[in-house]
Amino acid sequence: MKALVPVKRVIDYNVKPRVKADGSGVDLSNVKMSMNPFDEIAVEQAIRLKEAGKIDEIVAVSIGPAKAQETLRTALAMGADSAVLVETDETVEPLAVAKILKAVAAEVEPGLIILGKQAIDDDSNQTGQMLAALMDLPQGTFASKVEVEGDHVSVTREVDGGLETVKLSVPAIITTDLRLNEPRYASLPNIMKAKKKPLGTKTPADYGVDIAPRLKTLTVAEPPVRQAGVKVADVDELVAKLKAMGVA
Amino acid sequence: MKTLVYVDHDNANLGDATLATVTAASKLGEVHLLVAGAGCAAVGEAAAKIAGVGKVHVADDAAYEHQLAENVAPLIAGLMDAHDAVLFPATTTGKNIAPRVAALLDVMQISDILSVEGEKTFTRPIYAGNAIATVESTDAKLVITVRGTAFDKAEASGGSAEIEAVASTGDAGKSSFVGAEIAKSERPELTSAKIIVSGGRALKDAETFEATIMPLADKFGAGVGASRAAVDAGYVPNDYQVGQTGKIVAPEVYIAIGISGAIQHLAGMKDSKTIIAINKDEDAPIFQVADIGLVADLYQAVPELMEKL
Ligand SMILES: Cc1cc2nc3c(=O)[nH]c(=O)nc-3n(C[C@H](O)[C@H](O)[C@H](O)COP(=O)(O)OP(=O)(O)OC[C@H]3O[C@@H](n4cnc5c(N)ncnc54)[C@H](O)[C@@H]3O)c2cc1C
Ligand SMILES: Nc1ncnc2c1ncn2[C@@H]1O[C@H](COP(=O)(O)O)[C@@H](O)[C@H]1O
Repeated sequence: MKALVPVKRVIDYNVKPRVKADGSGVDLSNVKMSMNPFDEIAVEQAIRLKEAGKIDEIVAVSIGPAKAQETLRTALAMGADSAVLVETDETVEPLAVAKILKAVAAEVEPGLIILGKQAIDDDSNQTGQMLAALMDLPQGTFASKVEVEGDHVSVTREVDGGLETVKLSVPAIITTDLRLNEPRYASLPNIMKAKKKPLGTKTPADYGVDIAPRLKTLTVAEPPVRQAGVKVADVDELVAKLKAMGVA
Repeated sequence: MKTLVYVDHDNANLGDATLATVTAASKLGEVHLLVAGAGCAAVGEAAAKIAGVGKVHVADDAAYEHQLAENVAPLIAGLMDAHDAVLFPATTTGKNIAPRVAALLDVMQISDILSVEGEKTFTRPIYAGNAIATVESTDAKLVITVRGTAFDKAEASGGSAEIEAVASTGDAGKSSFVGAEIAKSERPELTSAKIIVSGGRALKDAETFEATIMPLADKFGAGVGASRAAVDAGYVPNDYQVGQTGKIVAPEVYIAIGISGAIQHLAGMKDSKTIIAINKDEDAPIFQVADIGLVADLYQAVPELMEKL
């Protein structure tokens, strides 16, 4: 069975985002961009399932600008077999991403679609669940363990109170949480090999998907800044402060 | 506007996150609640007592026992002919179900709202809370998740809403619940604790975390949190993680011990009223948000603090 892995190109998680002065968004010019960290975990999981003989082919897909090819090359260098870029310079909301992914999945016919739980730019945490609804498939979100057993997949999920395990029929949608695995780095030979792997390009229109946004962003502002605090010299002073606050 | 609030519960009790969601919904219009569960009559009754609630729909069926999204989403979608908006607490249960409902309704969800600015306008954090977007929906129906720390809790008593049974949409037959490991703790829950003591990578291992952080937390009657690094290294379970991709907390006092203050961690705690940090690196970013900072080795400072409190 095949795995389809959607990967998003986002601001690198080490970069502190800056809001544009005109309030139109976050300034992404000259900012380091990388694969969304949860999607690296998704790619890694697909590769591990392939190494375990549960998956025989991995297709990575990204919806975004031409530069998202770099993100797909990273997925290929890690171990994906082929990639599809659905190219657009527009911002594509999770609902439209899910519709495009549904159309891609109709061509690829994957047994598992493994997404990140959340893109660290929009922080939506929606796409996987939406895709599951559109395809009428079961969903195992926030996964910290995935085990394929015949025509089922067992997914351990990170929930507010701890962990929960669900059993899903395949095909199924999975979204990754941080503890699922530690993604590998692509080796230099694999980066070279990845350049020769197939990477196709499409557009949202090829799939007949309307990507017009449903949400209008009116403004983007800086969050309120905290007043600079004080440093205390020693534990005695800290205890005095705690007492003054009435917590000790 | 008629709103429906999804009640997060364990078939016995409903949580604080639901009460905050009711407050958010009441800013939009009339509030109805949905309790989907199995043997959940007590939750329905508790829900009916929440102040300001007009009606409580109860869907009591084995298919809803574990609130599997595959089974619950069609139930909610079916109730949306009679409602203009559905709001979920941004708990793992809410975050799992809401987008599935949104897609069934062909609506773009608004995640993790911080405020209600108008009938269809909301603020929400993006980029780990480093920016706040004001967004307006153009969809016919609203599907929203609500950040619990951003809204006051509705009064849990004083209401007397009518309870109405809703027919089950049944088991979708795609998924089943296998089991859960839900930690039982005597300590206050993170999302409602007044004081939180959190530990980071500097706590070395599970034993050291236990021996250093827990006694201090007990002294304050505090909840215990952790950074991702501490969770990944196995010092504490996943449900302790505070941050962009963990729990969002805003206690009266947050005490960060041996935590550097990465943006992903700050995203989960920087709305705390007072932040106290103990870190041996005076340049640690946590000091930029801390109201009270102590530059010290935690293995000297924490025992001394225990002694002097
Ligand atoms: C996609 C993604 C999501 C993430 N989500 C989260 C999240 O939700 N929550 C989260 O917390 N992180 C998250 N992270 C991780 C985050 O980037 C940081 O790596 C993490 O918060 C660091 O944890 P830490 O502060 O405990 O460790 P470190 O950064 O290693 O800091 C340890 C600190 O302890 C101090 N220290 C060491 N020894 C002592 C001592 N003896 N006494 C006093 N101080 C000492 C050091 O000076 C240092 O400041 C995420 C990362 C990614 C990529
Ligand atoms: N533009 C995109 N291209 C490819 N995958 C995406 C895109 N947007 C979202 N995803 C996938 O959906 C997950 C959740 O994103 P979100 O719902 O935006 O938080 C991500 O981790 C990706 O796996």
